[in-house]
Amino acid sequence: MYPAQFDYRRAGSVDEALGLLQEHEDAKLMAGGHSLIPMMKLRLAQPPVVIDIGRLDELKGISEAGGSVRVGSLTTHAEIAASDVLAARCPVLAEAAGHIGDAQVRNRGTIGGNIAHADPGSDIPPVLVLVGASVHLQSPSGTRSVAAGDFFQDLLMTDVGEDEILTHVEAPALGAGTGAAYLKFEHPASGYAVVGAAASVTVQNGRCTAAGLVVGGVSATPTTVDVSSLVGSDLSDDAIAAAASGLDAEDPIGDIFASGDYRVHVGKVYGKRALAAARDRAS
Amino acid sequence: MARVLGTSIKRREDPALITGRGKYTDDLKAEGMAHAAIVRSPYAHARIRGIDTSAAEALPGVLAVLTARDVAAAGIPGVVPVGWLLPDLVTPAHPMIAADTVRHVGDAVAVVVAEDRYLARDAADRVAVDYEPLDAVADVVAALEDGAPAVHEEAPGNVAFDWEIGERESVDAAFASAAHTVELDLRNNRLIPHAIEPRAVLASYDSSTGEMTIHMTSQNPHVHRLLMTLASLGMPEHKVRIVAPEVGGGFGSKIHHYADEAIVGLCSMKLDRPVKWTATRTETNLTDAHGRDHSTHCAMALDADGRITGLRVDTAAAMGAYLSTFAPAVPTYLYGTLLSGQYDIPAIHCHVTGVFTHTAPVDAYRGAGRPEATYVVERLMHLAGDATGLGPVEVRRRNFVSPDAFPYQTQVALAYDSGNYGPAMDRALEMIGYDDLKSEQASRRDNGGKQIGIGFSSYIEACGLAPSAVVGSLGAQAGQWESADVRVHPTASVTVYTGSSSHGQGHETTFSQIVADKLGIAPEAVEVIHGDTDLVQFGMGTYGSRSAAVGGSAIVKSVEKIIEKGKKIAAHLLEASAEDLEYEDGNFRVAGSPDRSLGLGDVALQAYLAHNYPDDLEPGLSATSFYDPANFTYPFGTHVCVVEVDTETGSIELLRYAAVDDVGNVINPMIVDGQLHGGLAQGIGQALWENAVYDESGQLVSGSLMDYAVPKIHNLIPFELDRTTTPCPHNPLGVKGVGEAGAIASPAAVVNAVVDALAPFGISHIDMPLTPEKVWRAVNS
Ligand SMILES: Cc1cc2nc3c(=O)[nH]c(=O)nc-3n(C[C@H](O)[C@H](O)[C@H](O)COP(=O)(O)OP(=O)(O)OC[C@H]3O[C@@H](n4cnc5c(N)ncnc54)[C@H](O)[C@@H]3O)c2cc1C
Repeated sequence: MYPAQFDYRRAGSVDEALGLLQEHEDAKLMAGGHSLIPMMKLRLAQPPVVIDIGRLDELKGISEAGGSVRVGSLTTHAEIAASDVLAARCPVLAEAAGHIGDAQVRNRGTIGGNIAHADPGSDIPPVLVLVGASVHLQSPSGTRSVAAGDFFQDLLMTDVGEDEILTHVEAPALGAGTGAAYLKFEHPASGYAVVGAAASVTVQNGRCTAAGLVVGGVSATPTTVDVSSLVGSDLSDDAIAAAASGLDAEDPIGDIFASGDYRVHVGKVYGKRALAAARDRAS
Repeated sequence: MARVLGTSIKRREDPALITGRGKYTDDLKAEGMAHAAIVRSPYAHARIRGIDTSAAEALPGVLAVLTARDVAAAGIPGVVPVGWLLPDLVTPAHPMIAADTVRHVGDAVAVVVAEDRYLARDAADRVAVDYEPLDAVADVVAALEDGAPAVHEEAPGNVAFDWEIGERESVDAAFASAAHTVELDLRNNRLIPHAIEPRAVLASYDSSTGEMTIHMTSQNPHVHRLLMTLASLGMPEHKVRIVAPEVGGGFGSKIHHYADEAIVGLCSMKLDRPVKWTATRTETNLTDAHGRDHSTHCAMALDADGRITGLRVDTAAAMGAYLSTFAPAVPTYLYGTLLSGQYDIPAIHCHVTGVFTHTAPVDAYRGAGRPEATYVVERLMHLAGDATGLGPVEVRRRNFVSPDAFPYQTQVALAYDSGNYGPAMDRALEMIGYDDLKSEQASRRDNGGKQIGIGFSSYIEACGLAPSAVVGSLGAQAGQWESADVRVHPTASVTVYTGSSSHGQGHETTFSQIVADKLGIAPEAVEVIHGDTDLVQFGMGTYGSRSAAVGGSAIVKSVEKIIEKGKKIAAHLLEASAEDLEYEDGNFRVAGSPDRSLGLGDVALQAYLAHNYPDDLEPGLSATSFYDPANFTYPFGTHVCVVEVDTETGSIELLRYAAVDDVGNVINPMIVDGQLHGGLAQGIGQALWENAVYDESGQLVSGSLMDYAVPKIHNLIPFELDRTTTPCPHNPLGVKGVGEAGAIASPAAVVNAVVDALAPFGISHIDMPLTPEKVWRAVNS
C-alpha cells in the first residue's frame, strides 16, 4: 500500500487553495484524507499534487442562519453527530453522521469530503437529498449553490467542478410537526451502508401533510421514493409499507455481499421502517 | 507460597505491546537496508512469454531486478517444499519465482530491490511481463470436472491425492439397516487468515562471514530455517539465524514457508546488503495460505433408538495452486480422524480428494481440519435430532462416549485419552436457560416476526501435536516433540529457553507461571526466551494448540531434572542422603528434620562455585529436555448459540453465546478465556461473514477488507464462558490446549441456531457464511 510519488501543498486560505488548484493540473484537494488516501495507496488515484485544506478554519463549524443550518465542508462527522444546533434543527443529519465508520473515521472524515467523494454507500447523501439541502461551491469566478438532489450525478461523480471547492452545506431546519429518521443496513466488511433509508413525516392536526423517503446504496446516487400517497393518510403500517414499496431502481448496484435485487428489497423494508420511525417521532 | 498455576496474573507481554514499544519485523532497521517489492501475476493462469526488466532497472535507486533466471543462475535449490507426504501424493515443484507458468493471482514472477519501498513499488510497476492468459479454475468442484483446466501437468484431473480412512463396507451395512438416515451437501467456506501484522522479512547476508540473519514473522523459526536452507536457498543450516521478533498473530499462516521470504533472502545474498519486505494487505490476501475450502457430501445412519450406527463422509478439499507446508495433512489426518466427534460411532468411512485449483494455497488455519470435521458431525447431529424426534440435546447425550469407556478407540485411528462429555452439556444448558428459551421460541413461532433459534455444538479436538513416531508414520517430515532448556542462575533467578515460539499467546507469562509454581519462586524471577535459532535449541514452534501441552511439559521435565540435581547438591551440603530430601516452596529439606534445609539460592550458588561439591556431579544448574508426548490431547466442550433472525431481511443477530470448554488443567484462566474469545470471533466470523471468493477467471474478488468481512467488536456480543476440568492423563501438567477450541466449535453452533430458527420455513441447511441475502432467499424459496 504505497502511493505513487506526489507533491504536498498546504493551503492557508480558500483563495490560496483555489489558486493552487488552478496552478496544478489534476491536483486533488484533501480534507480528512479518509477516502483520498486509501485510493492513493491502492494507486487508484495518482494525483501529482495533493492540496491539504484540512486546517482551513473558515470551512469549519455549524451555525444557524435564518431557517436553516449551515455546516462548513470541513466539519467532521463527530462534530455533526454531537451538534446541539443540529439536534434541535435537523437531528436526522446528526443521526446519519453518528452511523459513519468508527470513532476514528468520524473524527477525521468531513461532510465535504464525504459528499465530494460520493460513495454510493455513504450515509450523508440520502439525508441531504431528503431534507432538501443545498451544496455551496466556490471557484475563482465566484460562488454558486446546487440542490443536493442535483449534486450527486453518478458513481463517485458529483457537480464539483475541477476549479471548485465545496465550502458548506445548508440544510433547512425541519418544520414543526416533522419527524425524521435514518436507518442503516451496514455492510459487514466496509461498514458503509448496503442500504441507508432517510425518511421524514410531517403531522399537523393529526393528519399527515408531508412525507419523504430517500434511499442510499441501491443505485449509484440516492434514490427518491414517491411517498405522496401518505399525505392525508392515517400513516398506518399498511399505508407506510405500500408507500415504501414504491422504491424502484433501474440499475441497482450489487456486490458479492448483496445483489441489486436484494438491495431493492432491503431498501423497501428499511424505507418502511424509517418512515414508521419518522412517524413515531413526528408530533 | 501461594500457587501461581491457575491464577490470572497479567500478561507480562502487554506493557510493551500496548504502549507501542513492541518491535515487529517491520520496525527493524539495519545499516544499508534496501527494500524489495515483488511483482505478482495478475492472472490466475498464464504462460510467461517474456519479462522486460529494463524500464525498472533504469529508475535511479533501483539496485536489482531478479527473475526465475536469476534463481537458476544462483545455483540454489530454489523451491518451496511440502512438509507432509501422503501415499501417492502428487508433488509438483513450487519454484520460488515462477519460471514459465503462473498458477494463481499473486504468484511471484520477479522481485525489485531499491533504496526505498516507494521506489521499489514504482519500479515493480515498470516490470513488463508478457503473459499469455490461459483458462483457469478456482472452484474445488469445478476443478474435478472433466475437461477442467489443468493446474499441473503431473496431476491429471487436478487430483493431488486420494485418501481414505475407516471401513467402507461396515458403513454401507449400517446404512442398509438404519432406522433413520440424514444427509447433507455442504461447503466449508474458504477463509483468509488476516493476522493483524502482515508477513514481513528482513534478511541480512554478510559475505565476509557467509552468515545470514533473517528476522521474520514466524510461528516456528527452526522449521523455517530448515526449509529455507534445505529447499530454497541451499545455505548451510548453521550459517543461518532466524529470529522471530514480536509477531502480530498468525493463526497458522506464519507456520508455512513461503516463496517471498526465500526471495528476499536471495536478494540479500545477491546484493550483500540487508533487504526488507513487508507484505501489503493486498499481498497478504493474495498469498497467505488460506483456510478450509471443502465441498462435502456426508450422511449419518441411526438405529430406532437414535444411536448412531454409521457415518459416511466424502470431501473434495482445495489445495490451491501449490502444496503448502502442511497442506496435505489438514484435510486428512487432522480431519478424517476427528469425525467420531464426542460420539461412540461403530462405523465411519471418510474419503478425501485433494484438489489443485488456480488459487492461493490452502493450509492450516486456526483449527486446521478440526473445524471442518466438527462442522460435518455437528450439522449432522442437528439433523439427526430432527429426524429421530429426539431433539438436539437428547440425540447428543445418547451417543456421547460414556465416561467409563476411556481410553476410547475411535474407528478413525485416534484413541481419546480422557473425557466426560455429559457435564459440559449440562452446564451449558443451565447457563443458557434452555427451557425458557424453548418456550420463548414457541411463542415467537406462533406470533410471527423475528424468530429465535438455539444451536448446539459438542466438539472434540485433537491437539498438542503429538507423538513424533505417530505423526512420522502418517507422513510428517518433521518431529512433533518440543524442547526446553531451563537455566537456574547463581542467584536463583531462572531463564527458560523454549522451542515453542510465541506469536501473541502469552508464552512468557504462562511458562513463567509453570516454572514459578514448580520451583516455588516468583514468576517475576523467571525469564522466557523464544523465537531465535541462535539462542534457543531446536524447537518445533507454536501451532495446533501444542505450546502448553508439549512445550510446557518439556519445561516441567527440565525443572524436574534440576530439582533432582539440586537434591544431590543439597544432600552433600546437609550431609544427608539425596533420597531423604524433599523440595518444597523453594527449599530442599531433609524429610523429618524441618530445620535441616537449604534454599534454592544456596544450592544454585554452590552449583556454580563447585567448591564444596559432590565428586561425581558436574557443576552448574541447568537442564535441557526434549519432550515427546505419548498421545494427542483431546479438549472438548459444548457451545450453545442463540440467534434472532429477521425473516423480512434475513439479518441475523447474535443474542447469546455460551461455551463450556474442558481444556484440562488451566495455567492462566484469563489467557485461556482470551484464546476462547479470539477463536469464537473467528468461528462466528466464518459462520456469518468471512468468505474468500474467487470469480470464474480466478480473480480474488474479496481481496480487500472492503469486501472480506473480518468480525469487528461491535458485531459480537459478550461471551458466557465456563469450564469443566478433566485433566490430561499423560502429560505432567494435565493440560490439553485451548488455542483453537473457539474456532472449532462455533461455526456449527451458529449455523445450527439459524437453521433452528428457520425450521418453520422448512429450511434444513444454508451454506456459510450466512449472509442476510442467502437467508432471505432461503426463507422465500
Ligand atoms: C474505515 C472507514 C470507514 C468508513 N465508513 C463510512 C461509513 O460508514 N459511512 C460513510 O458515509 N462514510 C464512511 N467512510 C468515509 C468517510 O466518511 C470519509 O471521511 C469521507 O468519505 C471522506 O471525507 P474526508 O474528509 O476524509 O475526504 P478526503 O478523503 O480528504 O477527500 C475525499 C474526496 O473529496 C474531495 N474533497 C474533499 N474536500 C473537498 C472540498 N471541500 N471541496 C471539494 N472537494 C473536496 C477530495 O479531493 C477527494 O476527492 C469511511 C472511511 C473509512 C476510512
